[in-house]
Amino acid sequence: MTTTVDEQELAARFDETVARRDRIEPRDWMPEAYRSTVIRQVAQHAHSEVIGMQPEGAWVGRAPSLRRKAILLAKVQDEAGHGLYLYSAAETLGISRQEMTQRLLTGRQKYSSIFNYPALSYADVGTIGWLVDGAAICNQVPLCRTSYGPYGRAMIRICKEESFHQRQGYELLLTMMRGTDEQRAMVQESVNRFWWPALMMFGPPDADSSNTAQSMAWGIKTHTNDELRQKFVDMSVPQAEALGVTFPDPELGWNEERGHYDFGQPDWEEFWAVVKGNGPCNTQRIAHRQRAWDDGAWVREASSAWAVRQQKEACHE
Amino acid sequence: MSEWPLYEVFVRSKRGLNHVHVGSLHAPDDRMALLHARDVYTRRNEGVSIWVVPSSAITASSPDEKDPLFAPSGDKVYRHPTFYVLPSDVPHM
Ligand SMILES: [Fe+2]
Ligand SMILES: [Fe+2]
Repeated sequence: MTTTVDEQELAARFDETVARRDRIEPRDWMPEAYRSTVIRQVAQHAHSEVIGMQPEGAWVGRAPSLRRKAILLAKVQDEAGHGLYLYSAAETLGISRQEMTQRLLTGRQKYSSIFNYPALSYADVGTIGWLVDGAAICNQVPLCRTSYGPYGRAMIRICKEESFHQRQGYELLLTMMRGTDEQRAMVQESVNRFWWPALMMFGPPDADSSNTAQSMAWGIKTHTNDELRQKFVDMSVPQAEALGVTFPDPELGWNEERGHYDFGQPDWEEFWAVVKGNGPCNTQRIAHRQRAWDDGAWVREASSAWAVRQQKEACHE
Repeated sequence: MSEWPLYEVFVRSKRGLNHVHVGSLHAPDDRMALLHARDVYTRRNEGVSIWVVPSSAITASSPDEKDPLFAPSGDKVYRHPTFYVLPSDVPHM
């Protein structure tokens, strides 16, 4: 009986905190559904950073100059760091790093659908920086104010670092656009392939997004998928014009009345197919992650053994 | 009698912010360290949460290591957004 009253009181306090747009911190009482929703979102976000290293990482050894190689390496290294910030944020909710890795490898936790598309040409390195990191920034800036404190603080660190990612991509494309006709064609071809998958990064249309309403009520999300997608389109069109490329959408056009660009819908059937595991690279991405995990086993074991030996030696001194 | 152990004190000034190191104090055990920290460091509503950590549990870098640890990032200017020169008419970037 008393527990119920206590729980009601705790729940009321939680609701008040969220209603004030204040933050929930790790030791606060929270509804189990809130905890599991934040774990799912933060883990998915962490997995996206880690899996996201693969398409670009494949180009590190083939970058056309030392300068480009150093930049790409720094960017991929940042993404690994982003994964770590986010895994740590999720761990404050009581799930272990190992458990999250296992859930990723067994497909019980997802990562962003965008990383199931391949990076086929070097121009893709630029397009990923410009559009994929650009879309991520659109998503992540409002998340700095998400209701779960450690998640918001991780997002602040990440957003500070993302700006370099987008600018290096845009600068790369700008350089190619000043090059030969072939290079310009490469950029346009790359943008054509990435535009629709980039729009899908914001998730399904609001009407089909089952989790959005609850996540907004809890302050985990502060904008709907469609709002963020619109914002991304509005930001990207003038950037495309400045670059001298077009987006492959005949419906794209300025709507004076709305004060926004109108645009067509991505192929949502393709989106769901990719989410369900049938994108061009799903199998390859998870196999690669599994291989990295297995190949790293001896490093983890050796490090632990070394730590134990150090401790033993310290005891004998 | 040996001296009470030293504790480092971290205070979260409000929800949403990190705990920040504010100072240290001596206490006979963890619980007392927390109570002392409350009395010493949060008498004027400075915090909503306190961490106390035995100073002996902290591993710190030493000033001698400053160069080997931090100098390598000094020449990696390309990690900063300002390294990339874009035309001024490119919006939102
Ligand atoms: Fe990232
Ligand atoms: Fe990034």
